Amino acid sequence: MTAHVDSHAAPTSAEDFLNRRATLSQRIHTVLHRQPALSPAIVLVLAGAVFALLNSRFYQLGNLSLVAQQVAVVGSLAVGQTLVILTAGIDLSIGAVMVLSSLVMSKLAFDHGVPGVLALLIGAALAVAAQAVNGLLVTRIKLPPFIVTLGTLSIFTAATLIFAKGQTVALPPGAFLLWSSQTISLGSLHLTTGVLLMIALYAVIGFALRYTAWGRHLYAVGDDVEASRLAGISVNRVLLSAYMVAGLAIAVAAWILVGRVGGGDPNSGINANLESITAVVIGGTSLFGGRGVVLGSLIGACIVQVFDNGLALAGFDPNYQVLAVGVLVIAAVSVDQWIRSVKS
Amino acid sequence: MHISIRSAAAASHDRSRRPQLASAGLVVCLAASLAACSSSSGTTATGGSASGGGAKVGVALILKTLSNPYFVSMEKDAKTEAAKDNVSLTVAAGNTDGDTQTQISAIDTAISRGDKGILITTNGDAVNAALNQAKQAGLFVIALDTATNPATVADITYATDNTQAGKLDGQYAATALGGKPADIAMLDLFNNQVVSVDINRDHGFLQGMGIDPGSTTQNAKESKTGKYSGGTYTVACHQPTQGAIDGGRTAMENCLSADPNINVVYAINEPAAEGAYAALKAAGKTDVPVYAIDGSCAGLKLVASGELAADAVQYPGKMASLGVDAIAKLARGGSKPAVTSGKDFYDTGTALAATKPQTGVTIESPDQAAGACWGN
Repeated sequence: MTAHVDSHAAPTSAEDFLNRRATLSQRIHTVLHRQPALSPAIVLVLAGAVFALLNSRFYQLGNLSLVAQQVAVVGSLAVGQTLVILTAGIDLSIGAVMVLSSLVMSKLAFDHGVPGVLALLIGAALAVAAQAVNGLLVTRIKLPPFIVTLGTLSIFTAATLIFAKGQTVALPPGAFLLWSSQTISLGSLHLTTGVLLMIALYAVIGFALRYTAWGRHLYAVGDDVEASRLAGISVNRVLLSAYMVAGLAIAVAAWILVGRVGGGDPNSGINANLESITAVVIGGTSLFGGRGVVLGSLIGACIVQVFDNGLALAGFDPNYQVLAVGVLVIAAVSVDQWIRSVKS
Repeated sequence: MHISIRSAAAASHDRSRRPQLASAGLVVCLAASLAACSSSSGTTATGGSASGGGAKVGVALILKTLSNPYFVSMEKDAKTEAAKDNVSLTVAAGNTDGDTQTQISAIDTAISRGDKGILITTNGDAVNAALNQAKQAGLFVIALDTATNPATVADITYATDNTQAGKLDGQYAATALGGKPADIAMLDLFNNQVVSVDINRDHGFLQGMGIDPGSTTQNAKESKTGKYSGGTYTVACHQPTQGAIDGGRTAMENCLSADPNINVVYAINEPAAEGAYAALKAAGKTDVPVYAIDGSCAGLKLVASGELAADAVQYPGKMASLGVDAIAKLARGGSKPAVTSGKDFYDTGTALAATKPQTGVTIESPDQAAGACWGN
C-alpha cells in the first residue's frame, strides 16, 4: 500500500481498486475493527460528559473513586469472562464460583481459625479447581460451554448455600482477608487495594494475551478451531488453560468481594455473573470468539457502573439504570455485528 | 488486534456465522431465565415422636430463599415443631428473592402429595393462583412473615407487622433527631417489584417519622422535602439493595455521593444496613445512625456495638412453629386459628432494640432482645 492513485479518477484495474481512498465511514469502520476497545471508550467518555452536566458532583474525585471501588469486583470477574468468551465460549458459572470461593475464604478464616493467607490460597485453589471442572467437561466430554456452565452454575450455587448454612460471616477488623479493602488516599482520590489488584490483573492478563504464545493461541482457537488445529496448536490444552486462568481472576474477584462485604455473604455478588457478561459484551469482545481485548471489558464494566452511579446522582428511578444497561448491550452487539462485516 | 490464521477462513466467515448472532442472544436470555428458575431445593424432615397423636400430617413449608438466615431459622424451628407434632414437613424455597416460579411448582407438588396445609413466605403475587388451587383442594394456606396480596388469598397470615416494625424505627429516628432537619437515605429491597415487605417497611418508617408515603403501593412517592414530626426533612435517595451487604454498600455510596449531608439511614434489613455502615465508615461518617429491621442475633450485636442505631426485632422461628402447630391441630379436628384482635393477621410481635433511650419510645436493650433472637 504505497502509491495512492488520484482519488477522483475511477479505478481502472484491480490494483487501483484495492488502493482507492476509503470513504470516511469505511475509515471509521477500519479503525473500530482494529481497536475493539475504542467504541466502548467513546461511550464511556460521552456518558461521563452527560452525567457531569446532570449533576456536578459526578466528576468530583470522591465520587469517581467510589465508582472505581464499585467496579472492582465485576471488573476482575470480567477478566475471567473475557478469556472464556475469546475462545467462543461463555461462562455462566463464574459468579457462582466467586461467591463460593469468597465464602470458603472467610469461613475458613473465621470459623476454623485458618491463617488468612492460607484461607486465601485454599479459596483461590478452589476457584481454579472449579474452573478446571468446567474446562474438562468442555474439552473431554465435548459439551458446549453454555450447557456445562449452566449445570455448574446450579451446582456451585447449591454448594455455596449448603456450605454457608444460611449464615453470613463478618470478619474482625484487621483480618488479613480484609486487606483488599484498605484505602489508599491521594488527596481526595480514595482508591482501595482491591482497585489496584484489579488493575494489576488487567495488566498481567492483557500482557499475556498480547505478547505470549499462549495469548496468541487463545485468539487463534477462538477465531477458528480447525485452522488452529491444522496450525499445530493443542486446542484442548489452550481451552482448558483459558478456564483455569479465569479461575485465578475469579479468586482475585472473590478476595475483593470479601473486602467489600467485610466477610462472606451468600447473597452478595449473585448478579455478578450476568454483569460480567454484560461488561465483556459492551467492552467490544465478540461473542463469536477471537476478537476483543481485556481493556474493553474494564471499560464495559466502568460504563455499567457509571450509568448506575450517574443516574442515581441525577435522581432517576433505579429502574432506568436497568433499562439503560439493556439498551447498551443491544447497541454493543449491533456495533460488533457491523464491525465484523469488514473484510480484513 | 488480529492474527494471520483468520484469513484462511475469512472469506466465508462473516456470512456463515451471521445467524449465530441471534442464537447467541437467545442463549444469553435463556441463561438469565434458566438461572433464575433452574432448580428447586427440597428436603424432608419427618417427625419421629408420636406425641402429636393420630396419623402423620403432611405440611409444606415454602420459603423465599434458603440463603437468608431469616428463612433458615424458620426452617429450623418448623422442623423442631414438626418432630413434636408428628408432622411430615417438606421444605422448598425459591432460588432468589422474587423467584415465584419455583414456589408455584412447590405448591403444585404439595397438592399432589396430599399435604394438609402450606406455610409460605411468598415471593410475589404470581403465586396467588396456585394458592387458590391449593385451597380448593382442601389445603389450609398460611402466609408466613409476608401477607399475600390480597391478604385473603391465604386462610390466615402469621406475621410481624412490617409496617409497625418500620414505624418503631421511624419514631425512634424522629425523636433522636431532636428537632434537627432530617436528611434521609431510604435503602429499599428492590425497584418497586411488588413485594409487600419492601413497601410496608419503607412506608412504616416514613409514617413513623410523620411523613406521608404518598402512595399505598409504591415506594419513593413521598414529597422529597417537607415537614416530619420534629422539623423539616429531605429525602436524599431511594436505592435498591437486593437485601444484601454488597447492594447496601453500593446504594449507600451512591446516596452519599448525591448528598453528603445524610443524617438518617433506613435499611430494609440487617445485611443492607451492614453494607450501608461499611460505606459510611469508609466515608468517615460513623456518627450517622442506621436503622434496620430483622432482629437476628448477629444484628443485635451490631446494635450493642453501635453500628446500628436501632433494630426492629421480628420472630421468624415463632411464626413457622406456630404455623406448623396450627395445621397439625386443624388436620386432627381442631379449630381454625384466629387473627389478633384489631388486625387482619396473627401478629407474632415486634420490639425495638436500641441502646440509647428516647422519650416516648419503648425499647429493649440488645441483651434483652437477644433472648429471642434468631440465627447465630
